[in-house]
Amino acid sequence: MVRRILREVKEYKPQFIATPLCMVIEVIAEMLIPYLMASIIDDGVNTGDMDHILKMGGYMVVIAAIGLIGGLLGGVFAAKASTGFAKNLRKTMFEHIQTFSFANIDKFSTAGLVTRLTTDVNTLQMGCQMCLRMMMRAPASMIVALVMSFIISARIALIYLIAVILLSIVLFLFIRRAMGFFKQAFPKYDALNESVQENVSAIRVVKAYVTEDVEISKFKKASQAIYDIFSKAEGATVYQGPAMMLTVYSCIILISYTGARMIVAGSLSTGQLMSLLAYCMNILMSLMMLSFIFIMLSMGSASIQRIYDVLEEKSTIDNPTDPLYEISDGSIDFDHVSFAYNPEAKEMVLKDIDLHISNGETIGIIGSTGSAKTSLVNLISRLYDVCDGSVRVGGRDVREYDIETLRNAVSVVLQSNTLFSGSIYDNLRWGDPDATDEECKKACALACADEFIDHFPEGYNTHIEQGGTNVSGGQKQRLCIARALLKKPKILILDDSTSAVDTATDAKIKKAFREEIPYTTKLIIAQRVSSVMDCDRIIVMEDGRINGLDTHDNLLKNNEIYREVYESQTSGGGDFDEPK
Amino acid sequence: MPGPMNRGVRGVKPMVDNPKQIIKRLLGYIFKDYGIHFAFVFLMIVISVLASVQGTMFTKSLIDDYITPFLLDTDTPNYTPLIQAMARVAVFYGMGVLANFIQNKTMIVISQGVQRNLRNDLFSHMEKLPIRYFDTHSHGDIMSIYTNDVDTLRQIVSQTLPQFINSAFTVVSVLISMFVLSVPLTAVTLAMVGISLFAAKKAGSASGKFFVKQQKNIGAANGYIEEMIGGMKVVKVFCHEQASTEGFNKLNEELFDSANNANKYSNILGPINAQIGNISYVVCAVCGGLLALNGVSGLTLGALASFLTFNRSFNMPISQISMQLSSIVMALAGADRIFKLMDEEPEADEGYVVLVNAVEKDGKYVETEEQTGKWMWKHTHKETGEVEYKNWEGNVTFDGVDFGYSDDKMVLHDVELFAKPGQKIAFVGSTGAGKTTITNLINRFYDIQDGKIRYDGINIGKIRKADLRKSLGMVLQDTHLFSGTVADNIRYGKKDATMDEVIAAAKLANADGFIRRLPQGYDTMLKGDGGNLSQGQRQLLAIARAAIMNPPVLILDEATSSIDTRTERIVQQGMDSLMKGRTTFVIAHRLSTVRNSDCIMVLEKGRIIERGTHEQLLEERGKYYQLYTGNNIA
Repeated sequence: MVRRILREVKEYKPQFIATPLCMVIEVIAEMLIPYLMASIIDDGVNTGDMDHILKMGGYMVVIAAIGLIGGLLGGVFAAKASTGFAKNLRKTMFEHIQTFSFANIDKFSTAGLVTRLTTDVNTLQMGCQMCLRMMMRAPASMIVALVMSFIISARIALIYLIAVILLSIVLFLFIRRAMGFFKQAFPKYDALNESVQENVSAIRVVKAYVTEDVEISKFKKASQAIYDIFSKAEGATVYQGPAMMLTVYSCIILISYTGARMIVAGSLSTGQLMSLLAYCMNILMSLMMLSFIFIMLSMGSASIQRIYDVLEEKSTIDNPTDPLYEISDGSIDFDHVSFAYNPEAKEMVLKDIDLHISNGETIGIIGSTGSAKTSLVNLISRLYDVCDGSVRVGGRDVREYDIETLRNAVSVVLQSNTLFSGSIYDNLRWGDPDATDEECKKACALACADEFIDHFPEGYNTHIEQGGTNVSGGQKQRLCIARALLKKPKILILDDSTSAVDTATDAKIKKAFREEIPYTTKLIIAQRVSSVMDCDRIIVMEDGRINGLDTHDNLLKNNEIYREVYESQTSGGGDFDEPK
Repeated sequence: MPGPMNRGVRGVKPMVDNPKQIIKRLLGYIFKDYGIHFAFVFLMIVISVLASVQGTMFTKSLIDDYITPFLLDTDTPNYTPLIQAMARVAVFYGMGVLANFIQNKTMIVISQGVQRNLRNDLFSHMEKLPIRYFDTHSHGDIMSIYTNDVDTLRQIVSQTLPQFINSAFTVVSVLISMFVLSVPLTAVTLAMVGISLFAAKKAGSASGKFFVKQQKNIGAANGYIEEMIGGMKVVKVFCHEQASTEGFNKLNEELFDSANNANKYSNILGPINAQIGNISYVVCAVCGGLLALNGVSGLTLGALASFLTFNRSFNMPISQISMQLSSIVMALAGADRIFKLMDEEPEADEGYVVLVNAVEKDGKYVETEEQTGKWMWKHTHKETGEVEYKNWEGNVTFDGVDFGYSDDKMVLHDVELFAKPGQKIAFVGSTGAGKTTITNLINRFYDIQDGKIRYDGINIGKIRKADLRKSLGMVLQDTHLFSGTVADNIRYGKKDATMDEVIAAAKLANADGFIRRLPQGYDTMLKGDGGNLSQGQRQLLAIARAAIMNPPVLILDEATSSIDTRTERIVQQGMDSLMKGRTTFVIAHRLSTVRNSDCIMVLEKGRIIERGTHEQLLEERGKYYQLYTGNNIA
């Protein structure tokens, strides 16, 4: 898993390797200083050799300078390596997500994907930088310090070695215990967040029912639960600091005593004792740092997992190996199609659909929520693949076509549609990047969008905010239709795309379709009977099956569901809140 | 009605303008509840720092008082005094360890406690904020205050603050010790620290510049990600993958550039500090060596040894603090957002008319403490203290009401309406005509700019908000359910409702049938806003929730167009039975609800343009007629 993620280092490999090397240089330089210091004391001060002191001092300055260079380069390389790594990760993830099918997107949810691309990559960037600089540094400085100690005095170094081993065991045990608690803590966090989320989005209900106090006490309970578990988790980590201090202090006392005796016995010099004391600090600090890194890593591992999941996700829909690039016409055939979003699901969403639509036909689709209207049309442009049977467009199975060719020929106006930040022209040209201004305007006229666009002070250059928040629902829907029309598709699918458009405009759009693009096969999903009653044929969907397929008049006569819907809607004349 | 704006990812994190004030307030917040704890922590830090300092000082006496004399002594050295001295040191060390342990333990209480209190205060305050606040702040932003900002504060409380105290105290005590050991060497050390701080400042400001740029680029990249991934399905449908990748790559490169530079400069801070510290150590070693050699200023070998260790521990806290700076900046930005929420003005409630239980006595209702199920208004006149009782009937009038979400843009103009007890008033009109707004004024989600709204003849401004809202049953357009069982959700507004009451309410709302078919019936757990129920079922639960309150006045914002006709019919039946015998305001989307209303109000652009019964309005051949016959010309 980590290896897969690390593949994204790519061109920053030199920096990736250079950083730890630089850190090692820095560490070695740092570790040499106390050693030379011993020489100043023993061979300089104690013998009164001023030249030696200056000479050693000179060496030490040079070494410190080398260390500085190592440190600086290490810092520079680490920055480049980690931010470059993050950049590559983002790039690869973003590009990979572009290959995702609808099923893949559903699986992660768009919010989940956004978090992975932003927060998780950020965590990883910081973790990576930390690791590059510390991971080598801490063990290296520990090892070098230990080696130096052994050179000076094996007996005293042995004390360190034992201390290091003891302390690592103790730290490891504490961390493991704390980790267990932390794992328990996260679900509690979720509960708290849920409480906040509920209250923020349902604040009107809370206020209408005057349950503020109840909600506050609920929240306080969740908050207290977090307090308890985190106190426990952190309680398990409090021993770390004191344990480390205890070890350091014991070492100092032991070394001081042993050192004193050794000096007296002549097997150690004062300067050496001083450098040993300096190393003592270094060794144990590094150990502390290592345990810190360990905690950081295990926290980052969640992010690694989440990024890895995205990178390893295989698109459920692949381009065929030898794709067709030509679609003969806009006829559609469903042959005994079954479909479920989750292939293991017990019940299929679409059950044994058999449906044949010829080129240029206009088909209305009606049915209650959850009757799989959207699922049905989503199979045509291969947004999802069938589980059983086949869907054919222009006489060939959709799985044989090049996906881009297919989707350009089958233009879908999605139910939950989005406009993007940019001018109206920019948005329209999603349909056809090379469309001229005239073509754009013509598409808008077809979709009855021209009237309101002309009223905008900046016309077609009006800037659309992210998500299209500065146009009304009905305007947005019409722009989305125009955008889809610009593809000049062979098949046009409107998935409840005129729900916010008033009846008259709706009728006008349908009329324009009939007259201007007669050879395009049109599928129209709607809630309102009035939106589909003029269609050549109307499909009545019920519970994943085609309940009826006929003209308006025949359905009215023969289909109970259709009649029921029709009556409930037309006895009054439709909705009252149709926007204008 | 301005909905909650979903601006998505928060872009640039603004730098705080008044860091000092925020720090002061934050400290105030911590000391308020945990002042004593903190004083204790402070004491413990002092002890552990002193323990460590005395240990280092011991190196001096170890060398000067024991080792050197031992070396001069030709006799077999007597180790007893050394052991005794070491025992003393060990005791001090032990105290240091103990102090550190106690400090850590206490710190957990403080940091978790502060966090908990902060969250609780935030939430309690948030619940009191007016609806307007939620309209004007993105839900994601509010959420992230609880998740991110409180968390960054934890770091500053549990780590930065104690470290700060520790460092400050270490610096002071080490400095004193150094002065005691050798003045000239201390001067050298200080000079080096000066250089190091200067370098750190240089690198820090360069880094800061790029960090600002980085934040801007992060904002841009995140915004783009949010937009493109959010619209991923559209991207797929239009085969726009490549274009969207190209746009992303550009932003990604820019982000890399500034992030690289920002990190570069902040990374080199550490080595600069460390190596200047090393050079400081070297210079001190050389100078100290020379001084000791010449015996100037009485610097002994032991003093030099101690001094060099101090030199190390003097540099450490300085580089530690400089490394923590970025997290402090982040925490301050978080604290700023937290305090901003806490500073939001809570919903004002100067109402003093309350609902009290009533009991019939001699043909008259009088107030009682008992739960009688009968209610009346208790109106205590402010000036005279005179108490007046009024029957609770459900009479609502609007008198010349003007309203706007902001003062400069009115959305309702001169609204007049009279609803007698038991009447049904319907509002029709296009989206944005102000239907929902009117209902939001009755329960005082928003306060009106001009005119009067009266409930049973009492100006609603005088009614205590809690009582006003309890006396209005609301079924809102967006159904929100809460995590808990189905029964919990039905008795949401009436915690003490019995199971029988719950079932009766469910039956009234036509919800009993489907609830019984749920796996655990009334005890089925609902998760994530009732995601496991269909839209229609959720709507029915919302109706049952209103029914159990048994209020005389009902406000129904009908099902949205996303519900299909068949489902809506079931919902409609639930609504119809709920409406019986109550004053009802209904925002109608479908005709069947409207036709038998006592009065239909046709709204357009915030004005009531037509009013009357169904038949009257049809005869008028005005807007209602157009809407009704579907001949509305766009």
